[in-house]
Amino acid sequence: MSAMNYFADGTPVGTPPGTFVETPKLRLTNLHKAFGSKVVLNGLDLEVGRAESLVVIGGSGTGKSVMLKCALGLLRADSGSIQIDGEETTRLGTRDRERVMRKFGMLFQGAALFDSLPVWENVAFGLIQGQKMRRDQAKEVAVEKLAAVGLAKEVAELFPSELSGGMQKRVALARAIATQPEIIFFDEPTTGLDPIMADVINDLIIKCVKDLGATALSITHDMASARKIADRIAMIYKGKIIWHGPVSEIDNSGNPYVDQFIHGRADGPIQMEVMHP
Amino acid sequence: MHGFSRSLNASGPNAVNRQAGAGERVSHLQGCHGGSMGFLTTTGRAFLVFLEATGRLMLFTSLAISHCFRPPFYFRLITRQMIDIGYYSLPVVGLTALFTGMVLALQSYTGFARFQAEGAVATVVVLSITRELGPVLAGLMVAGRIGASMAAEIGTMRVTEQVDALSTLATNPFKYLVAPRLIAGLTMLPFLVLVADIIGVFGGFLIGVYRLDFNPAAYIGRTWEYLEPMDVISGLVKAGVFGFVIALMGCYHGYQSRGGAQGVGAATTNAVVSSSILILVFNYLITGLFFSR
Repeated sequence: MSAMNYFADGTPVGTPPGTFVETPKLRLTNLHKAFGSKVVLNGLDLEVGRAESLVVIGGSGTGKSVMLKCALGLLRADSGSIQIDGEETTRLGTRDRERVMRKFGMLFQGAALFDSLPVWENVAFGLIQGQKMRRDQAKEVAVEKLAAVGLAKEVAELFPSELSGGMQKRVALARAIATQPEIIFFDEPTTGLDPIMADVINDLIIKCVKDLGATALSITHDMASARKIADRIAMIYKGKIIWHGPVSEIDNSGNPYVDQFIHGRADGPIQMEVMHP
Repeated sequence: MHGFSRSLNASGPNAVNRQAGAGERVSHLQGCHGGSMGFLTTTGRAFLVFLEATGRLMLFTSLAISHCFRPPFYFRLITRQMIDIGYYSLPVVGLTALFTGMVLALQSYTGFARFQAEGAVATVVVLSITRELGPVLAGLMVAGRIGASMAAEIGTMRVTEQVDALSTLATNPFKYLVAPRLIAGLTMLPFLVLVADIIGVFGGFLIGVYRLDFNPAAYIGRTWEYLEPMDVISGLVKAGVFGFVIALMGCYHGYQSRGGAQGVGAATTNAVVSSSILILVFNYLITGLFFSR
């Protein structure tokens, strides 16, 4: 499917980050997803360019997580198209799906570390299972990746339950980057962390994504985090992208929904479903 | 095969969708014909839910079995599960078999003494243990021990997104979580039952010799005299099926669990209850199959 004159990852040489060449890294087109009668995604369109960091902001229940899971292939969209490097992924077979999955890294909101495995094996999981690397070799890489997220060698032997929330998030980040993915998804990377640890995670995300030259798609409702890690911001509301633009324009979007959200006001066009007595 | 995978991935939410759809259709009917349709409505809805659950289980089973035969194989995980099922269940299965054999000897002696047939005690003990009680009791004990732990472990992994994390690390959850457990269940239960057979017969021997004053050599002679290979083999076949059913129910209910601690609790209960019932059902079916003549 990938166009001519492109390298294996679908990118021509020397393309500046974030610019749209013919094929965006990830393209979601007219995505629909409903659970029963509840429509969650309602014709969502989104494009993420090569080596770009796009942050999707939006309130709870607007479809952020569902969008991310559809893009990852964990949920199946009802209709619409999901293209990775121009390749349609909504109808892939098991083997092709696994091949596409190798391009992905994912940082889960709750870290989702395997609690039956020590920290180093968590980080090395994709290397051992996915890339068939030898265990001792994979352990070395894991320790290296742990160092990259500021964790000492001793942590490698601990189990996830012995770590604090911030440390778990960092281990999960190390796991997400260990296989050198081309696209990394971040699900609420700073939720549940104190402001300082949240900033540490933000810095690490920027550093890791830059080091890898990876494309990043994040969802968050933490504006401080969004402003810091985004090249471009998109806002999702009722299952659609209602605004997108460079992070510098977020304060002058001219969109009342965006304004209400970034200033955190209860009054405005977005009405929360709260029962008033 | 991918069709299975996709429908399974989407089974949770879509299932709700389809159930709601069925419900709406049926309540529409009810509206047209008044309250007299109430019974049919309830029956129909229950039947639809049953069909759907059966279909989902069948898809899960066929997908799980197909992954048992396709590489990569996780030998380390298979070994770990085999040790967990085969080795760590030995005490509980062994004790169950020992006391069952002892009780069997006492009870059959009481019964047979009433028509002077005490000599049949050894035969009754060995046939009951190898054909019925060994596999069924070992199966039920392992269902409680292993089925519950599988459902709880996979269920917790499910609700904490660890199963999703496996997928994002290019590892198929069916191959990594389900296949090793099915293989271990299928192979280890026959081994456990073989041990249970020996210990159960030994329990009967202990009571026979030390409590009922049988001659040891005569007791052993009577044990072997009427025992046929098919008695043991049918028990081992049952054990293999039970082991598969236990692992399948544990994995299935764990995999389907939703919604946090309560969901995992429900999955654990469902795994133990459904595998226990299926063990009893399959026990009858296999017995019928082997002794249809």
